[in-house]
Amino acid sequence: MSGQTLYDKLWQSHLVLERDDGSALIYIDRQLIHEVTSPQAFEGLRLSGRRPWRTEANLAVPDHNVPTVKDERDGGIDGIVDPVSRLQVRTLDDNCKDFDIVEFEINDRRQGIVHVVGPEQGATLPGMTIVCGDSHTSTHGALGALAHGIGTSEVEHVLATQCLVQQKMKNMLVRVDGKLQPGVTAKDVVLAIIGEIGTAGGTGYAIEFGGEVIGDLSMEGRMTVCNMAIEAGARAGMIAVDQKTIDYVEGRTYAPKGEQWERAVAAWRELHSDADAVFDRVVALKGEDIKPQVTWGTSPEMVLPVDGNVPDPANAASAAERDAISRALQYMGLSAGQAITDIKLDKVFIGSCTNSRIEDLRAAAAVVKGKRVAGSVKLAMVVPGSGAVKEQAEAEGLHEVFTAAGLEWREPGCSMCLAMNSDKLGAGEHCASTSNRNFEGRQGFGGRTHLVSPQMAAAAAIAGHFVDVRDW
Amino acid sequence: MQAFTVLQGLVAPMDRANVDTDLIIPKQFLKSIKRSGFGPNLFDELRYLDQGEPGQDCSGRPVNEDFPLNHARYQGASVLLARDNFGCGSSREHAPWALEDYGFRCLIAPSFADIFYNNCFKNGILPIVLDAAIVDRLFGEMYANEGYELTVDLPAQEVRTPSGEAMAFEVDAFRKHCLLNGLDDIGLTLEHAEAIRDFEGRWREQSPWLFGSLR
Ligand code: SF4
Repeated sequence: MSGQTLYDKLWQSHLVLERDDGSALIYIDRQLIHEVTSPQAFEGLRLSGRRPWRTEANLAVPDHNVPTVKDERDGGIDGIVDPVSRLQVRTLDDNCKDFDIVEFEINDRRQGIVHVVGPEQGATLPGMTIVCGDSHTSTHGALGALAHGIGTSEVEHVLATQCLVQQKMKNMLVRVDGKLQPGVTAKDVVLAIIGEIGTAGGTGYAIEFGGEVIGDLSMEGRMTVCNMAIEAGARAGMIAVDQKTIDYVEGRTYAPKGEQWERAVAAWRELHSDADAVFDRVVALKGEDIKPQVTWGTSPEMVLPVDGNVPDPANAASAAERDAISRALQYMGLSAGQAITDIKLDKVFIGSCTNSRIEDLRAAAAVVKGKRVAGSVKLAMVVPGSGAVKEQAEAEGLHEVFTAAGLEWREPGCSMCLAMNSDKLGAGEHCASTSNRNFEGRQGFGGRTHLVSPQMAAAAAIAGHFVDVRDW
Repeated sequence: MQAFTVLQGLVAPMDRANVDTDLIIPKQFLKSIKRSGFGPNLFDELRYLDQGEPGQDCSGRPVNEDFPLNHARYQGASVLLARDNFGCGSSREHAPWALEDYGFRCLIAPSFADIFYNNCFKNGILPIVLDAAIVDRLFGEMYANEGYELTVDLPAQEVRTPSGEAMAFEVDAFRKHCLLNGLDDIGLTLEHAEAIRDFEGRWREQSPWLFGSLR
C-alpha cells in the first residue's frame, strides 16, 4: 500500500463516520465567523431551538464591513455611517453574546481580517480542521491544517453539530522547484500557478504546495500562496509542517504550552505527505522562470509577467476564448497587445487577507521609502490585516514611511478587497491591488483591478504605471 | 428546504464561462441579515444599467436590454443553462439564494465551482453537470426555439428535451436523497450525535491542545 498524502492524514484523523454512498462526517476543530455569512446561520439555530455543539470551537471577528478611516472607526459600531453595515456588525455582536461565542469586537486590538487573525492568535494550529463562511479559509492550510470555505447553511451545520458532511477530494501536488529571482514573491508564485492550471484547474482537488521554493517561503508567504488556492478552484490548499511552522506557532496566545506543547509538536512533525504518497495530479513549476505577475483581465487566470503584452483576441485558440478575451479587454479598457507596463493606475490598494501581514508591509515600505506617489494616482492606501499587524508596523515606523510617501495608513479590515465599506473604485478606475480577485465590479462598480504583489503595487504607486520591481 | 422531484421548466441562458458569485450577486447585497429577497438583484450588474443599492425598489431602474434575462421570451424561466466553472469565487450562499428567489430551481453547465455546487443542494437547487458538447447543443436548441423547455427528472436522473431525447446525469446519492425529500441536513447529522460524541471524546484525549479555551 502506498503512503498517505498530508490531505489523506488530515481527513483520516477527523473522520467521524463514512456513509455507504461515499459522503462522510468530518469533525471540525475550529470555526471562524465573520459578520457577512453568519447572521442567517444564527437565525437558523434560533428558529430550530438549537445551541452550538461546542461554543469554544468558534471565534468571531467583524472584518468585511468595518470602516478603515480612523475618525469613523473611532466611533465603534455606532460610528459606522452606512446603516446596513452597522446593522450587520451589530448583529454579529448580538449573536455572539446570545450564543456565548468569543468575539474580537470592532475596536479590539486583536480585530482584523479573519484569515490574518486566526494564525496570528494561534487559533489556527497545525493538524486542525478549520472552516469559515469565506472561501479564502484555504489560507490556514499554510500551517498544515485542512481548511476550507463553506456556505452559510454549513456554518449553521457546524455550529449545531461540530461536523461537516463532505466528500473526499482528490489529491494534487503543485511543486515549485529551485529558487526565486530577487523581487519575485509568494504572490507571483501563486499567480503563476493559477496562470498555469487555470481558475478551475483545482476544482475537486485539495492542493498541497511543495518543493524548494515553498519550503524557502516565510509563513506569511505560505499563507499568501494557500490563500489563493481557491482562485485555482481548490477549496483547500495546504503546506507540510516543518520547523518554520512550529517556530511560527510557538508562543502565540492560543498555542499549547508546557507539556502539551511537546506532545503537540511531536504530532505535528507527522504532518507531511509520505515519501511514497501518490497524487492524482502533479504540476511542477520552476522558481527561476517566475517573473513578477500582473493580472490584465477579469479572472485571476488572466495573468502575465510584467514584461508581457496583453493578448490579442485575434490569436485566441477558440471562439470561446476569443469572446472571453474581448469581453475582458473591453471591461478593463485595454487594447490588444498593449504592454503591461503601459497600464496607468488611478488607485493602489495594499491590503487584504492575501497580502496585509507584517512582511508584506515591510516589503512595500522598502519600495516606497524616500519616494513620492505619482501625481496621477488619486489614492494609494495601506490597510493592515489586523490590529496586531498595525501595532507592529507602527512600532517599526512603517506607517511614517508610507505617509511620507503619500500613501494613506488605515485601520484594519477587508476594505477595498471587496468594497463593502466606503473604500471603492470608481467606474473605469484602474487599481494595482494586492488582493485576490479581479472579477468585474469586485472593488467597486465598473472598477478595474490588477492583482500584484505588495512590492509591485508599491512600485506602481510611485511610477503611476506598472514597472518591473526587479529593476527597482 | 423545498423538495425537488421532477421539474418541467422554461430554459434561460447565461452564456459565458467562469461566471463568478460576485457577478451572480454583488457584494453590496451581502449586507442583508436575511436569506430571502435577493431575486431582484440576481446578476445586478448585468441586468441593470445603474448601480444597485440594497433595499432599493428595482422596478424603476433602467434595464440592460441586451441581457437575456430581460427578454420577454425568458420570463418565468426555472432552468438556467450555463457554461464552464459556473459559480466560481466567493463562498457566499447569497448566490444560490438569489437564483432560487428569482425562480431558478435547476442549473445545467459543463462544470461548477465546488463550494457553489454544494451550496445549491442546501437550497433546493439542482446543479446538473452535462458534457460540454451536450450543453452546447442545448444552447443551440434553446436559442432556436422560443419557449424551449426541459424536463428535469431527479428520481430518474435524466434531463429530457422537448423532442424526447433523454440525457443521464450523475448526482451523489446522499444529496439526491436530501433534495428529493427536502431534508434538513442538520437533523440528519444529529441522528449520529452519539458517534460524534464518541469521536470527540477520543480526539480530545489524543489532541487536548485543540480543545483549549479561547477566553
Ligand atoms: S480580505 Fe478580501 S478576500 Fe480576504 S476575507 Fe476579506 S473580503 Fe474576503
